[in-house]
Amino acid sequence: MSTHDVSRRRLLGAVAGGAAVAAAGLGASAVVGRSEAAAAPAAAAAIPFHGEHQAGITTHPQDQLCVMAYDVITTDPREIALLMKRWTEAARLLTAGQPVGPGGAVKGNRVAPPDDTGEALGLPASGLTLTVGYGPSLFDRRFGFAAQRPPLLEPLPRFAGDEIDPAISNGDIVIQACANDAQVAVHAVRQLTRLGVGVVNPRWAQRGFAPTSGLDPEGGTPRNLQGFKDGTHNLDVLDPGMTAQHLWASADDGVSWMDGGTYLVSRRIRMLVETWDRSSLEEQEEVIGRHKGTGAPLGATDEHATPDFRAVGPNGAALIATNSHLRLAHPDHNGGARLLRRGYSFSDGIDRLGRLDAGLFFLAFQRDPSAQFIPIMRRMSKTDRLMEYIRHESSALWACPPGVSESGYWGDTLFA
Amino acid sequence: MSGDRRSVTRRTLGVVAAVGMGLGLVGCSSPATQLSGPPANAIAVRSTTDECSLSATTAPAGPTAFRVVNATDRPSTVAVYAADGGRVVGEVDGVGPAGTRDLTVVLTAGTYTVACTPGQSGDSIRAALTVTGATTAATGDVAELERAVTAYKVWVAAQASRLRSGTTAFVAAVRDGDLEAAKALYAPTRANWERIEPVATTFRDLDLRLDARQQDLDDVAAWTGWHRLEKALWVDGSLAGMEPVAAQLLTDTQDLVDRIDGVRLTIEQVTNVAKELVEAVASSELSGDEELYSHTDLWDFQANIDGAREAWKVVSAYVAVRDPNLTKAIELGFVDLQAELDKHRRGDGFVLYTGLSEPDIRILAAKVEALSEPLSHLTATVFS
Repeated sequence: MSTHDVSRRRLLGAVAGGAAVAAAGLGASAVVGRSEAAAAPAAAAAIPFHGEHQAGITTHPQDQLCVMAYDVITTDPREIALLMKRWTEAARLLTAGQPVGPGGAVKGNRVAPPDDTGEALGLPASGLTLTVGYGPSLFDRRFGFAAQRPPLLEPLPRFAGDEIDPAISNGDIVIQACANDAQVAVHAVRQLTRLGVGVVNPRWAQRGFAPTSGLDPEGGTPRNLQGFKDGTHNLDVLDPGMTAQHLWASADDGVSWMDGGTYLVSRRIRMLVETWDRSSLEEQEEVIGRHKGTGAPLGATDEHATPDFRAVGPNGAALIATNSHLRLAHPDHNGGARLLRRGYSFSDGIDRLGRLDAGLFFLAFQRDPSAQFIPIMRRMSKTDRLMEYIRHESSALWACPPGVSESGYWGDTLFA
Repeated sequence: MSGDRRSVTRRTLGVVAAVGMGLGLVGCSSPATQLSGPPANAIAVRSTTDECSLSATTAPAGPTAFRVVNATDRPSTVAVYAADGGRVVGEVDGVGPAGTRDLTVVLTAGTYTVACTPGQSGDSIRAALTVTGATTAATGDVAELERAVTAYKVWVAAQASRLRSGTTAFVAAVRDGDLEAAKALYAPTRANWERIEPVATTFRDLDLRLDARQQDLDDVAAWTGWHRLEKALWVDGSLAGMEPVAAQLLTDTQDLVDRIDGVRLTIEQVTNVAKELVEAVASSELSGDEELYSHTDLWDFQANIDGAREAWKVVSAYVAVRDPNLTKAIELGFVDLQAELDKHRRGDGFVLYTGLSEPDIRILAAKVEALSEPLSHLTATVFS
């Protein structure tokens, strides 16, 4: 019965949405190069690189993700600061839709390799954002930054059930590239990697995708690969009170170079999709605590309805089960702690058993992981029924420095 | 890298989740209802000191499930009477204070009275129930499914009993410090656990103490059970300090046998057990994550399949007349998978997981999927 409702609504939405898509398509070409104040700028537009905070955090999520983590291989800490300057210069160009280097892709010395690899030539900025973060290991004894290590930048603890592969975890430096065009995101990371040769070495990388936002007529919450809407109750980035409280690190937190920065948790969460797909709809909804069709909390009809955790089912048990994901992850059950989730789906071929190697690359920004991600995850790892269907395969914590001024560079508050 | 948290969580899930479909066929004692959770379309009957409330006052004809909740501090009786006056259609007697019980009766169209008797004596409090429509299931169906549940329950109890005697011998070998004897008993004894794992793991505390792997816990100091001893036997090569772990293993196993003796199963638990056991193979044994040190995963594999086949067997006749194609697919799935597994038999047991090639594992995985898929429709077919 409810499926009917959904398809009806979707049908109506699609009719209305046809016009919306057409309008968005027109908008895209018209808006390039202009200022973009909207929460969801047109797909081709440039997102400002400079600002109080780094872009790619509160930015409306783009469609494509490319993350690369690096190990620092130099022993000279000055090399790191110099790389940050080179990367910042390149990031300014890349996020504006320009090739890197004085010669770009085709305008340099013909007997030399081009500065830019060229695959983004002619493509617009495509909403590219580049966001940098530093791992706890950057503050070990190698470079003399130990005294600057934020106390909150502790390697994440082991959680029950973790199946973490060290080869795809942690790292000294991370770059998160997001864009509405996969080629633009991959191009950007490729240029930065090239500029880092001899200083940093790639450690692991992850590509991710979201449903192409402009194509959903309802513009609704995207669905993850379990088929459920994911991110319904996310931190409201338009609410300065919320971001100040939950997202942005402050000098008051004790580390002045992180003022305006934030902490990023990245976890590769493999979904055991074949097993999930063989579970009944009823079980799936009980595990998540939401209706699959509408995304509404169980017992409600509206996706954004406040979950009624006290509601009792016909049998006397909680309607939203005590071990459901919705209940355990909800701020009401975590002392008000919340995260800015900005994850992307991934599907990286098949594993050795012939099963889809797919899931969610979980990215969550927060002010204080010791009070936000860690306690939430600790609780979920022990009791969340969803854990049966997923497997945490990688883990990392990053300190993302504040935004860059027009004369500054990434991490200048730390390296200068 | 691979493997999920298997029994310690996964198989528990199966049975707990299983119950959503409703239709508890036998009266459940309260421990069992805690395990089984809510039948989604059951009518809740709430017996309070001054009320006998029903979550629905109408129901379609056919098997009707009631979940009786006694919200008083005394035992309570709830009975369903037919409209023809006084004939008891179904009854649960002596539901304990704050207890819950399930009752399923087959109702034809008509009016019924549900009567709650708090304290089990004196006047009852009554509520009316109207049943409409044609009866879709014959009374015989319920009886047939009840027999299936009973047959499966008897089988589970027998496995539990074999687990206890096997564990007794294994623990004796550990106490004697006889590594070789203990190693030889390890896999064959655990097979008794693996055959009934979805039922055994409904007792989450016991599951964690008996069957946790190191990576299932965040506090490794609290690690006990089979896999702790597995590590001692195969990795440490020493049983020093393992006596308390062995003693605990035996105590917990006895506890398990006692609790299984008191458990009441529902038909949807049985049908889901079949699926869950095959899913367990898919998620644990196939990645070699179940027996990380002994590599005796194929013993568990066989045991999971045996358990699934038994659960299938008790309902197969019921399903055969309702969905011959599904029956065929499941039967074929079992035969195919067993044939593939048989290729890896060696003597009384199997090759070690480490002796399997990548193509071996891949084809086993494909056969597991081929069985798992039709089994995932079993519960819905039984309840269609």
